[in-house]
Amino acid sequence: MAKAVLMQGNEAVVEGAIAAGMRFFAGYPITPSTEIAEQCALRLPQEGGTFIQMEDEISSMAAVLGASAAGVKSMTATSGPGFSLKQENIGYGAMAEIPCVIVDVQRSGPSTGLPTSPSQADYMQARWGTHGDHPVIALSPSSVAETYTLIIRAFNLSEKYRTPVIFLMDEIVGHLREGVTLPRANDLVINQRKSSFKDGANKFAYFVPEGEYVPAMKPFGKGERYNITGLVHDRSGFPTNNSQEAATLCTRLMEKIDKNADDIIRVEEYQMDDADTAIICFGGTTRSAKHAVNEARAAGKKVGLFRPITVWPFPEKQLAKWLGQVKKLLVVEHNYGQMLLEVQRCAAGQAEIDFLGRINGTVITPADIAEKL
Amino acid sequence: MTGKKQLMIEPSWCKGCGICVAFCPREALELMNGKVHLKDADSCVLCGMCEMRCPDYAIYLKNAEE
Amino acid sequence: MPSDLIHEYMRIDHLPHIWCAGCGNGTIMRDVAVALDELITDPEFALTRDQVVIVSGIGCSSRAAGYMDFNSIHTTHGRAIAFATGIKLANPRLEVIVLTGDGDASAIGGNHLIHAARRNIGLTVICFDNLIYGMTGGQYSPVTPHGDKATTAPYGNVDRPFDVAKLAEGAGASYTARGDIYHVRETIDIIKQGIKHKGFSLIDVYSTCPTYYGRKNKKGEAVDMLKWQKENLIPVSKYYTLSEQAKEGKLVIGPLHHSNYPEYSAEYAKIIEACKEAKKGK
Repeated sequence: MAKAVLMQGNEAVVEGAIAAGMRFFAGYPITPSTEIAEQCALRLPQEGGTFIQMEDEISSMAAVLGASAAGVKSMTATSGPGFSLKQENIGYGAMAEIPCVIVDVQRSGPSTGLPTSPSQADYMQARWGTHGDHPVIALSPSSVAETYTLIIRAFNLSEKYRTPVIFLMDEIVGHLREGVTLPRANDLVINQRKSSFKDGANKFAYFVPEGEYVPAMKPFGKGERYNITGLVHDRSGFPTNNSQEAATLCTRLMEKIDKNADDIIRVEEYQMDDADTAIICFGGTTRSAKHAVNEARAAGKKVGLFRPITVWPFPEKQLAKWLGQVKKLLVVEHNYGQMLLEVQRCAAGQAEIDFLGRINGTVITPADIAEKL
Repeated sequence: MTGKKQLMIEPSWCKGCGICVAFCPREALELMNGKVHLKDADSCVLCGMCEMRCPDYAIYLKNAEE
Repeated sequence: MPSDLIHEYMRIDHLPHIWCAGCGNGTIMRDVAVALDELITDPEFALTRDQVVIVSGIGCSSRAAGYMDFNSIHTTHGRAIAFATGIKLANPRLEVIVLTGDGDASAIGGNHLIHAARRNIGLTVICFDNLIYGMTGGQYSPVTPHGDKATTAPYGNVDRPFDVAKLAEGAGASYTARGDIYHVRETIDIIKQGIKHKGFSLIDVYSTCPTYYGRKNKKGEAVDMLKWQKENLIPVSKYYTLSEQAKEGKLVIGPLHHSNYPEYSAEYAKIIEACKEAKKGK
């Protein structure tokens, strides 16, 4: 067992990402994510990697995609306003299937909002922020220790499915310091990019074998001379206006996530076995919610907690399992009801749905939740 | 390469802009039905000016076949 | 069958290209191919084809990336230089060439242009400068001359234009040059110099857009626009021999500025090396 260290959530992002093999970071200063950039500036050259502070959020996202196309695992970090600015290039990453991780340490909005105050109001932006229609993988940690392991998972999913992965943090976890025991390097599972298929299929940059969804990816400079574009393209990687090719591509982009949802989705189920009431929350809000569950249990109430760790795709199947047993769902989040919409979509008519949300710069406390229960 | 060259024209790539015709130092080219055409093979000195300025790669010099 | 050069360095399945009759973009793209061919076949420079990455943004110019048979990436509007920055830093061995347009590079991508120039990162940026937005149908760009017409300047352009080469030089680019589509050999040479140069290179190449810029501004056909270039764009070797009177209304083409300021990725490599040494010392 490795020794326990005191670590901040933002710091755990960097150490976990480095453990996952991240060797390129491009970013722009923005509170409350800035420590991630600062720590990358310090740590990456020590690992033979590269940090660059770009001129803005847009170019940070672009540089990350470029570095990944050149074969290096890459990451950027930002907060709400910067997340908005990155969206066009996040969509490019989804379309061109370039793996990378985007950390969004959420803060209060709209606009410049309440810098450094907690918020979870980018939940829907993580899913629908860029134009066009494509699926998104977004993960949200609720502790410093989980931040470390989950950012590794973010890189693994990004490489496995060749897609940008959103790491949806909030100020609560980003600025939290707690003692963590880091797993040993040998115990970590690290996915590497699949760089070639058998059967000489490499002549098509976006060739996908029957029954698979993800093309292999060779970095620039390795002899393939392929083309990458944000335009609708055929399997050769070149633009096409052919409607059949367009449908093939767009459907595959949807299906590579949808059909693998079970592999991608992780949830935490706490005290759910006999629960008749479940709190549904994600990220930093979980800390107050767990406390509220423990207090309710002490008072003899059958309250449990259902927490999407994978917040996108929304774990509808995993939630559906509890409908019937659980009569009441209390959605708790630092916004005016975003994940609530997903819960309503999945559970309407099958359980009573209540909501506790807040945006005023303060944290939802266990007492606030207890009152709602 | 010092071997004998020959002028090649790919009419399907020619968009008829007339640049090669206008800047041919020997006035050896013309447009015919909107495509470049070698008007006077004898005056062509195979200088390659047409190839350099053709935006569509429709006219060029090639090493003559044996 | 196209020429050996085109066959070798272009993806001929995707040709003929989409550009209009008389558009200079095809000429510039060929210049880039000739420059690369001469460098690849030059044993002293030892450039391999796999090392070359062509990066483009959005617009007429940026379709070039898809035609050139190298590693290629056609990115988002204005962001080619930022993507290229990531590529260069991830693998500094790569020779990263950005093909962009005047709108792509100096309007929506202006911030990236000046900051890449300031950092002096080893990219070669070739601006297909046709004085207008062609792909969207003839709107004025930051280089459209004052008073000229465009679909969004029906009464004449109120803006003052940028000189893209001077802008890059002012921002810190260590190599700048200007070419055109009439003076082909001179333009190939500055592209070669730009690629050979270790720091940030900006090559502003005057293209022609007879379809929109030419028609809107009564500049005639492509041939007339090339004649204008022949008479008014003067190679640097000749320009400085002209009298002040003869220089009137003329612009110089060829290399404009050159310095040996350290290149960014090489400087960063020193930091990585120092960290490695410090680790060893522990």
